Amino acid sequence: MASIRHERRINAPADVVWDVIARPESIVEWFPGVIAASMEGSIRTITLASGLEMPEEILTIDPSQRRFAYRITAPLYRFHLGVIDVIELEEDDSLCVYSTTAEPDTLALIIAGGSIGALNEIQRIAEAWAKGK
Amino acid sequence: MGRKILFITTDQQRYDTLGVNGGQVARTPVLDQVAREGIRYERCQPTSVVCMPSRASILTGQFPSTHGAWMNGVALAIDAPSVAESLHDLGYATALIGKAHFEPFMDPFGRFAENALASLGIPTVEQPWYEGRRGVHRGFDYLEFATHGVMGPLHYAKWMQREHPEALTGFYPVVDGDLNVNAAGGGDTGAVQVKFNDVPREWYHTDWVADRTIEWLNNQSDDTNWFCWMSFPDPHHPWDPPSSERHRVNWRDVALPANYPETASLRESLLDQKARHWRLWYEGEVVSNYEAPAKWVPATMTADQVREVNALNAIEVELIDEAVGRVLGLLAQKGWDDDVDVIFTTDHGELQGDFGLLFKGPYHVDGLLRLPLIWRPAPSLGVDPAVVHAPVSLVSLAATFLEVAGQEAPPWVEGAALPTSDDEANAKSFDATFTEWDSVLFGVSVHVRSVVTGDYLYSEYRAGTMHDGTEGELYDLADDPLQRVNRFEDAAFAHVRSMLAERLRDHETRPGDRATPGQLVAPV
Repeated sequence: MASIRHERRINAPADVVWDVIARPESIVEWFPGVIAASMEGSIRTITLASGLEMPEEILTIDPSQRRFAYRITAPLYRFHLGVIDVIELEEDDSLCVYSTTAEPDTLALIIAGGSIGALNEIQRIAEAWAKGK
Repeated sequence: MGRKILFITTDQQRYDTLGVNGGQVARTPVLDQVAREGIRYERCQPTSVVCMPSRASILTGQFPSTHGAWMNGVALAIDAPSVAESLHDLGYATALIGKAHFEPFMDPFGRFAENALASLGIPTVEQPWYEGRRGVHRGFDYLEFATHGVMGPLHYAKWMQREHPEALTGFYPVVDGDLNVNAAGGGDTGAVQVKFNDVPREWYHTDWVADRTIEWLNNQSDDTNWFCWMSFPDPHHPWDPPSSERHRVNWRDVALPANYPETASLRESLLDQKARHWRLWYEGEVVSNYEAPAKWVPATMTADQVREVNALNAIEVELIDEAVGRVLGLLAQKGWDDDVDVIFTTDHGELQGDFGLLFKGPYHVDGLLRLPLIWRPAPSLGVDPAVVHAPVSLVSLAATFLEVAGQEAPPWVEGAALPTSDDEANAKSFDATFTEWDSVLFGVSVHVRSVVTGDYLYSEYRAGTMHDGTEGELYDLADDPLQRVNRFEDAAFAHVRSMLAERLRDHETRPGDRATPGQLVAPV
């Protein structure tokens, strides 16, 4: 089991950062390489630029803690847990933490690698929103 | 009309696999002849012993600690300098056909251009480039990719999937169900990463790379200057050449490598002289890097398995030699030969049985560090054939290409153009080369710096999870060419160690701007 964490300091209020990620279908806007997402109940199905489709179960969308948790249920994974936490540091300053725990280990590395690009986009969108408000 | 450049690389090929370098298993008449007509380098060293950092150094002319692609799985920054871009600016047509690997292969999100181009069906894309300009991807206006096998999105794999789906299962599955490098054995001996492959030779990636190179060259006019990087994925494992070629080398007739200790006790005693991760890997207790199959234990490898791997490796080398011959034949047929510089090398070596080990990793000995390098300058120049004994590095290739094109090396290049003789090497102070290793994977970190001079190979292990920063290796290359006796703690060599440690410090503190180290985003 591999567990990998990436984080990003974002010059935007925590609520603004949370708004970027809170809606499950919004992943197409901030996770590079995810080109489509659809929801059915608690199941999100994402389509990747490579053509691969991956089913996911949304576990938690908690605005009070600003925590989004999900797990990839594709058979390739024996286990996966993805957690995105948005933590308020100051009024206009937040920390976004994207954690990936998975088995096989190699897949954790691949998803976590993608999460670096996701944090880049979350930061870009949140800071633009904050600037516009 | 200027000089055209045919740059040929293989992947993971040892110095001693060419006949001209003393190889006894593969027959390589084409490359042997190129070497006899040009300059053969006796001691060429990579900047890294894995693909991505080493290939990035070829492209940028920089060490990994400068270009920032410090381990496999770390993409070279999209705006990194590129010698191909400099040549493109000079009006060269620029192509890379075969294995690039400046960006990770394992990319289900399709984020990297190398993986996307085959799907897009276009020869290149515009990207931000060094100093804020935009230009074709990494300087190449034509890109067509292949790697080891037939899975994934690259051009060769897609071609095989589309045109010859019945042959796909003949190839060895490079990774297992966990996406780790596969430990499954095959062949006659059950050797790891070996499989008998019934793919017809003309569909195998070696011939495909040559075919696609020939196609591209046929589209160039007589007065076009071009830089063509023909990059073969072999003889990197898996060792699954077309079965029709197995008759070339019978593994039962292959002698064991000079540096294969035949008894377990000798292997263990030699490994115990080295830094601790050597023995731990041999016993299967620690696998520090993704490139070695995680579920394979080197101590289980038999002598016959070493023989079979070497036989299949030699077959792959022979196929490359013949593919190179076809491309050189085209150049002669077109009447271009006199104005073409041919440079042949590889990105790093392969342990191939040395010390009872296979594959690669933080093991800086000749199996991985000593590479074949041949430069045949355009015959019209009348450069005398030579053998250069001075240590040279792949980091010098970028400056060499630019010199061929009549340009001085730009300030971002860290290696001077290759010398064409030992006298020139002496005059230009080619007296030491450096190799770097940094890896941080699943809680295991290893950091190594090595320097090779004409006389010694010296490595320091920096603090990581495997080493405390005090370990090292020092080999006397004249007395101990197989690097079996570690002189690191030998008082008689204290002055040598001190001198070489100083060289490493100078390397670490060399002037110049460094890119921000990239982030690990995939295993490879």
